Amino acid sequence: MKISFQKNNRKFSEIFLGALTWGAALLMCAVLIYIVGFIVWRGAPYLKPSLFSPVYNSVNVSLLPALVSTVYMTVFALALALPFGLGAAVYLAEYARRGRKVVRMIRLATETLAGIPSIIHGLFGMLFFVTYLGWGFSLLAGVFTLTVMILPLIMRASEEALLATPDSYREGAFALGAGKLRVVFRIVLPAAAPGVLAGVILAVGRIVGETAALIYTAGTVAQMPFAETGPPLVDVFSSVRTLSVHMYALTREGLHTNEGFATAATLLIVVIAVNAAAARLAGRVGRNGA
Amino acid sequence: MNVFDIAALNLWYGNFQALKEVSLAAADAEITALIGPSGCGKSTLLKTLNRMNDLIPGCRISGDARLRGQDIYTELPVNELRRRVGMVFQKPNPFPMSVYDNIAFGPRAHGIKSRLALDETVEKTLRAAAIWDEVKDRLRKSALGLSGGQQQRLCIARALAVTPEALLLDEPTSALDPISTGKIEELLLTLKKDYCIIIVTHNMQQATRISDKTAFFLLGEMIEYDHTKKIFSLPRDKRTEDYVTGRFG
Amino acid sequence: MRRFEAELTELNNSLIEMGAMIEAAIAEAARALAEQNREIAEAVISGDNQIDDKEKEIESLCLRLLLARQPVARDFRQISTALKIVTDMERIGDHATDISEICLALIGQPYIKKIERIPRMASATTGMVTRSIDAYVRKDPELALAVIKSDDEVDGLYFAIRAELIQLVHADAANGEQAFDLMQIAKYFERIGDHACNIAEWVIFFLTGRRKNKQLL
Repeated sequence: MKISFQKNNRKFSEIFLGALTWGAALLMCAVLIYIVGFIVWRGAPYLKPSLFSPVYNSVNVSLLPALVSTVYMTVFALALALPFGLGAAVYLAEYARRGRKVVRMIRLATETLAGIPSIIHGLFGMLFFVTYLGWGFSLLAGVFTLTVMILPLIMRASEEALLATPDSYREGAFALGAGKLRVVFRIVLPAAAPGVLAGVILAVGRIVGETAALIYTAGTVAQMPFAETGPPLVDVFSSVRTLSVHMYALTREGLHTNEGFATAATLLIVVIAVNAAAARLAGRVGRNGA
Repeated sequence: MNVFDIAALNLWYGNFQALKEVSLAAADAEITALIGPSGCGKSTLLKTLNRMNDLIPGCRISGDARLRGQDIYTELPVNELRRRVGMVFQKPNPFPMSVYDNIAFGPRAHGIKSRLALDETVEKTLRAAAIWDEVKDRLRKSALGLSGGQQQRLCIARALAVTPEALLLDEPTSALDPISTGKIEELLLTLKKDYCIIIVTHNMQQATRISDKTAFFLLGEMIEYDHTKKIFSLPRDKRTEDYVTGRFG
Repeated sequence: MRRFEAELTELNNSLIEMGAMIEAAIAEAARALAEQNREIAEAVISGDNQIDDKEKEIESLCLRLLLARQPVARDFRQISTALKIVTDMERIGDHATDISEICLALIGQPYIKKIERIPRMASATTGMVTRSIDAYVRKDPELALAVIKSDDEVDGLYFAIRAELIQLVHADAANGEQAFDLMQIAKYFERIGDHACNIAEWVIFFLTGRRKNKQLL
């Protein structure tokens, strides 16, 4: 009798916990679907061609300049942060003697940097890049500020990925008489690529979602970042706004809330597209090992 | 001529002495088995022979270790040494890339770029490792999809691809089932005629099946080194006898 | 491993038991001969089954140990030695039976001569068998060598008996039939000595891996 009682008891707790975890998962999905659905429902009807006109004015409130600026901002920031972040991670994981004091300090610094609120980054960017270096509100100041912000993200993710690469790969490669450089670039980095990509995806999310730091550094001018000679040359000193900043501006003014939702829907599509592309790339790298 | 000549070799990890005055010679076309309880120094000795110990901080060495008369620490560049002395590990460790690229990695690292030469090496070594028929239709697929036994034979092929003179194997079958183990043993007996093979094993029967000579290690010392038949039928040292008959400790 | 030790002890004990059985068989056969005692001779003959059973028991134990323990070194030599000597021991038992059978046939006939050298052969060979098995149990190579040496004494006795019997046949051809039987008995004792030597040689193999100057291991 007692045994069957305990058995029932366990069964009950199993069902209870199972329901709890299922409930949590369902709730998460529901929230996500609600948000996406709400934004698309509110924004999609206003995704009119005029919203994509090359020039912004207060009537069409075009998001195209912001979209183009966002793309440039992302590409430039990544182009700066990825080599540095990855390089630093390779140094920490592959070259620095593990457990050395310098390594611990660098790691502490990165973690601290990652924990700083973006508004502080924005203030620093304004004081240093905008004012002290005299770049003004510009694409360049925005890019550098964002670079500082995402550097620790990429570095940490890359380092984790490198450290997670089994030592047996390194041993196997060294045992064949391969040099350190070849081992790092041909064996370890390809194996760590999915992890590095995860870091890049995080960084992209951070960039496209950023407002506070950019308002103080890149400004809020809704214009294409191109030089006077026209595309594709870019004037890095032109003040621009990204999609998020654009959204913020539209909703704050309160005059174009609907277009704000349309912008949000566009941003969502961009983010999903970037993530999907990255996932596919990561899948390919993971399968073939580059 | 001996491939390896080791004389009065001492090795320390920090303050811990892992090898004490070890002297051993290994000849061509012979399989030498290193046996002994865990931590006795047999794997350490193996890793000394292609200087994989260099990767371990705090490792110091004294004494004499030579590959065909050349001092492996002073007279041979480390990458050249490792090319000439291949190594296969306990756990199969194919790189996360295609079967072809796994084999081609070594030759490429030593400057072979010609597609034709690489193709030839890949086929030749996969055949030598008795795995060609199993992988010839999937050379471009990831090596991680192979079975454990196939992966280990791939790793042997990978080691052969840089035309070594000696093969070091660190418990190469301890993670494999008996059938895969049998295939590896068969393979080693075939490869024996062309290479000097040194194998660390915990499997006494394996040592008796495939090795010509056996060295017994205990606490960093080489207690006994003799023909395998002798070690397993009539060992001279009581400690060897206690170990091989399982009465150790 | 404690289990394996126990199994090896069991093997040793079985060999000692079988040794005691064959020693008794030889001694009893000799006594039956001297006393012309039918009962003793029949007891020896019927007792041979037990010796045969013991042999099979030991063989089975050895094979089981070879299969399950895959012994090496000392264990390997001990078990393979046991497997070899048990055959010689069984043959010794057979010879005791053979002697007893001739003994039965001789009952009722007065001996053509006084039986004196044959009991000496019996005690000498019994001693050899005992010591050869002792040498195995005690792992004593000296004792094994002593056994091999003492075979000369048994051979000497055998040739002395042979010469004596030839003389008797020369003296009176009617002695021929019994002389032939006695000759056979002497031959059986001589063979027992040879088997004891074999055992001693295997004991030396057990201890050195060498047998008759050939290194088997």
